[in-house]
Amino acid sequence: MALSIMFIRISLTLALLCVLPGLAAQPLYQPLGQPAAGLSDKPEWNLTIRPDGGTLPAGSGNAAQGKLLFEQHCAACHGFGAIGGSAMPLIGEVGSLNSEYPEKTVNSYWPYATTLFDYIRRSMPPSDPYALNSNQIYALCAYILSQDGIIKADVELNAVTLPQVTMPNRNGFSAIYPQ
Amino acid sequence: MKKAPLESRRQFLHYTALSGAFAGFSLPSLAAQTAIDYREILPQSMTSAGGDFSNYGQPSPYESKIIRWISANPDMPGNGVSWSPLHELQGTMTPNGLHYERHHNGVPDIDPATHILLVDGLVDKPLSFTIDALKRYPMQSRICFIECGGNSNSSWHSRPIETAAAYAHGLVSNAEWTGVPVKYLLQEAGIRNEAKWVVAEAADAASLNVSIPLAKLLDDAILALYQNGERLRPENGYPLRLVLPGWEGITNVKWLRQLRLTESPAMTRDETARYTDLMPDGSARQFSFEMAAKSLITSPSHGMSLPDNPGIYQLTGLAWSGRGKITRVQVSADGGESWVDAELQQPVLSKAFTRFSLPWQWQGQYAVLQSRATDDTGYVQPSREELIAKRGRHGYYHFNAIISWEVSEDGTLYHVYPD
Ligand code: HEC
Repeated sequence: MALSIMFIRISLTLALLCVLPGLAAQPLYQPLGQPAAGLSDKPEWNLTIRPDGGTLPAGSGNAAQGKLLFEQHCAACHGFGAIGGSAMPLIGEVGSLNSEYPEKTVNSYWPYATTLFDYIRRSMPPSDPYALNSNQIYALCAYILSQDGIIKADVELNAVTLPQVTMPNRNGFSAIYPQ
Repeated sequence: MKKAPLESRRQFLHYTALSGAFAGFSLPSLAAQTAIDYREILPQSMTSAGGDFSNYGQPSPYESKIIRWISANPDMPGNGVSWSPLHELQGTMTPNGLHYERHHNGVPDIDPATHILLVDGLVDKPLSFTIDALKRYPMQSRICFIECGGNSNSSWHSRPIETAAAYAHGLVSNAEWTGVPVKYLLQEAGIRNEAKWVVAEAADAASLNVSIPLAKLLDDAILALYQNGERLRPENGYPLRLVLPGWEGITNVKWLRQLRLTESPAMTRDETARYTDLMPDGSARQFSFEMAAKSLITSPSHGMSLPDNPGIYQLTGLAWSGRGKITRVQVSADGGESWVDAELQQPVLSKAFTRFSLPWQWQGQYAVLQSRATDDTGYVQPSREELIAKRGRHGYYHFNAIISWEVSEDGTLYHVYPD
């Protein structure tokens, strides 16, 4: 105990000796980060779902289930059939992007279907984020995507099938960073 | 009694003043003054004791109309923006209570004692940091603007919006942000070679997530704990905000809880569906992080009227660039036919508000007031016509063209498109 305290003292002194001459250039600080490997594996720190779908949860859902859920939880703002209300439309207008009146909907604009799961889970419905379970979210994705024939009406979306969905505007983006 | 030199001098001045009075007025009038009731002739603020001290000062009640203008979704009141009233402010620092806001699902209430920041992903050792720990790191301060990518978006529409200058262009504010350079924490965790991007996530009810190039975080990014000297306001990210000088607002993640190092961007909703710029050919610019040079005449501006004809008016406004320093602001009173250099208030800081001003003598003539900023990369703020020729009308984000105020012959100001 005493030895280790002395050791810390000595190393601090050494550090000061080394650092003082270059004080302006080299900030001196005590590393205070706590080891967190245990957190990194937990679901609450793995919310982001990437295009490869790696962190998608278990569960599945289809468009018919999604339609009912949509009417119950989403239509008040996004309109019946997701065609828009106080909040934006989520479907339709596929192919409109280079027209005089382009409309950016999930189906016309979003490059990845995985993003839909990611976004609904983290923020919709706004009064109750994270209230829907994975089956329900897969079903809502299936309902929205099937409205424009991006997937067939009977497809079961799950962790395997959702990342396989090809969105109509998949190649519509060009990164301008770095310029 | 010994008098200090300063006191003597004051007495001397007092004496001369009095002798002056003696010289100017006759004795009887001085004698009459003794009968004066000063409580009748002085303002009340001088004749009765003032108000109490305050633990936290508030603006004068006479300034109660100087407020952020809120535009929120009625069905989702926590979703929307509030505009900073730049046309009512002077100088360059935005007061904390008036800094613009963009929230996606309300302002969270976060206890700093339980909040942590997790740095993980492609690092040698994932680390978590408490707010108390972060406060012990060396801090840096950075005065910079933050501008919402959607600021001025009504200017893409085919008709100019008739509203006060900052209620169309005030999703931008300027503050001194103080906190820990992000690179210290990333280096402490040990950056792996494959890491190129960082997914930042917020602890609000939108769990907002966006991907940021690692290079920016290693450059000038700050984990801000303080805003203009005091701890962050809840609406500006309390207890911890990522500040990326010069980059669009969405990347300055508020209520930060996680930085995950990755090889590629996560393609989140706010970097695909939103904050991407649709071009006329139907493709979209993605990761348009930098806010290009822009300027705005804040006074006189829409809704104001010029009381005197002819009269001299102090024309003033703000200029900023996400790429560096403002080097020049030119002002026109004839819709861009001719330009005059405005004076820039010093110091001019990189990626920060620069105040410009120029006295203007109005003779009652019809005028179109404009300002045009140039930054130290040589970039010149485009006209609206030039911007639309390049980017079309549906970009929605990154509108940085010249803004015009028409002065009618009766001295009223309107927002116009001169093109
Ligand atoms: C209280 C109103 C409300 C309800 C209920 C609601 N939303 Fe939303 N939704 C919004 C608003 C407002 C936005 C825009 C949020 C923003 O831009 O920050 C939005 C955005 C979205 C988006 C992103 C659209 C885009 O193009 O960026 C999707 C997808 C979405 N909602 C799906 C849903 C689903 C699925 C439900 C039901 C589970 C739902 N919403 C319920 C108001 C609502």
